[in-house]
Amino acid sequence: MKKNWWKVLAVVLLVYTVVVGMLHEVPRLAILNETIRNLYFHVPMWFGMILILLISVIYSIKYLRKPSIENDVIASEAAKVGILFGVLGIITGMEWAKFTWGEYWSNDPKQNASAIGLLIYFAYLVLRSSFNEQQQRARISAVYNIFAFAALIPLLFILPRLTDSLHPGNGGNPGFNAYDLDSRLRMVFYPAVMGWTLLGIWVVNVKSRLEILRQRLYETV
Amino acid sequence: MLFKEILYLIRKDLVLEWRQKYALNGMLLYVGSVVFVCYLSFGMRSNILVAPVWNAMLWIILLFVSVNAIAKSFMQENRGRLLYFYSIVSPQGIILAKIIYNTLLMLLLAIICFVFYGFVLGNPVEDVPMFLLSILLGAVGFSTSLTMISSIASKAANSSTLMAVLSFPVIVPMLLMLIKMSKNAMDGLDRSASFDELLTLLAINMIVITVSYILFPYLWRS
Repeated sequence: MKKNWWKVLAVVLLVYTVVVGMLHEVPRLAILNETIRNLYFHVPMWFGMILILLISVIYSIKYLRKPSIENDVIASEAAKVGILFGVLGIITGMEWAKFTWGEYWSNDPKQNASAIGLLIYFAYLVLRSSFNEQQQRARISAVYNIFAFAALIPLLFILPRLTDSLHPGNGGNPGFNAYDLDSRLRMVFYPAVMGWTLLGIWVVNVKSRLEILRQRLYETV
Repeated sequence: MLFKEILYLIRKDLVLEWRQKYALNGMLLYVGSVVFVCYLSFGMRSNILVAPVWNAMLWIILLFVSVNAIAKSFMQENRGRLLYFYSIVSPQGIILAKIIYNTLLMLLLAIICFVFYGFVLGNPVEDVPMFLLSILLGAVGFSTSLTMISSIASKAANSSTLMAVLSFPVIVPMLLMLIKMSKNAMDGLDRSASFDELLTLLAINMIVITVSYILFPYLWRS
């Protein structure tokens, strides 16, 4: 129990997010209206994705410094969970965009950037599956992972700031902080970010433990 | 020491390319046929080829040409020669030499492509020096990122498919910047309008070169 306190915390935070996020008073804003509650689900997905992909890259770097099955498995499972968060982020974002901007896909630079980011990580999975030998697969996909992450950063953070975007905080639109992330939203938003990220880390933890055990089993059989 | 290695390796690649001319001629023919296919598909009614389409098409042609040209940079080397290099030069020397060599190759192909494309489909560019600068940056950017990708892809089984799959997402941000910058040059906008794109492109190139320099030794070992 002492070691697993953060899992309890994740569950508590997510229950809090869903219950309070759905029932609590939110600021009344034009266009956004009630859809502003999506802030607790859409935005944390991106925070979670970036953080989990960062974990994946860190483990890839660790693998290159010290090759071991554990590092490789954690890097690849984290990349998969990062993709899951990215897909969920795109779906929630498209849903939100339909109600606020009028289209599921409105050629917004951030939408495009996230789609390209997902393509990069799908390519990572394809690359992984094209090797048979475990060590070669681990090393080469670690190299691509680091390379792709370095290419993803300018995509996600620099490009949308250069062109006009419908997202808040870009191209002259004020960020959420500027006008409407008031204390009522913050009360749910920060726990939501923490909760979803912890859930992601939990999934990575369980999946990589399972995968490591499976590989050990194959080795002994 | 590293500098000398790089010079030798570039010279070796140049001599090799000059001796087996079929590769270079193949690329030239590829450029020519693609441009001509574009001309035939659009050409009869050239009024539909408006400036943004002209620009996007040129960059897409350049993208495919560069993927094809650079894909072979590691795949063409046979096993014995790679082992020989492994024993006498440092991996950093190899990747930098390949990047510089591919940049030269791309620059040649891109300029020929631009001239031929402009000749066949008309040339609406107003600020030619700026447009050439964007082609230069494009050649450098494509060759830096594609060289690393090609060395990754050459290790895998079906490397030609993998090359395309791995490289397109990585190259898209660069391509978008380039299209925007060259569009500015086409419209003859003030040069300061493209300054942001110029800086971003240089920054992306620096990141890619640094990351390749650091990571290549790990790939090389296998």
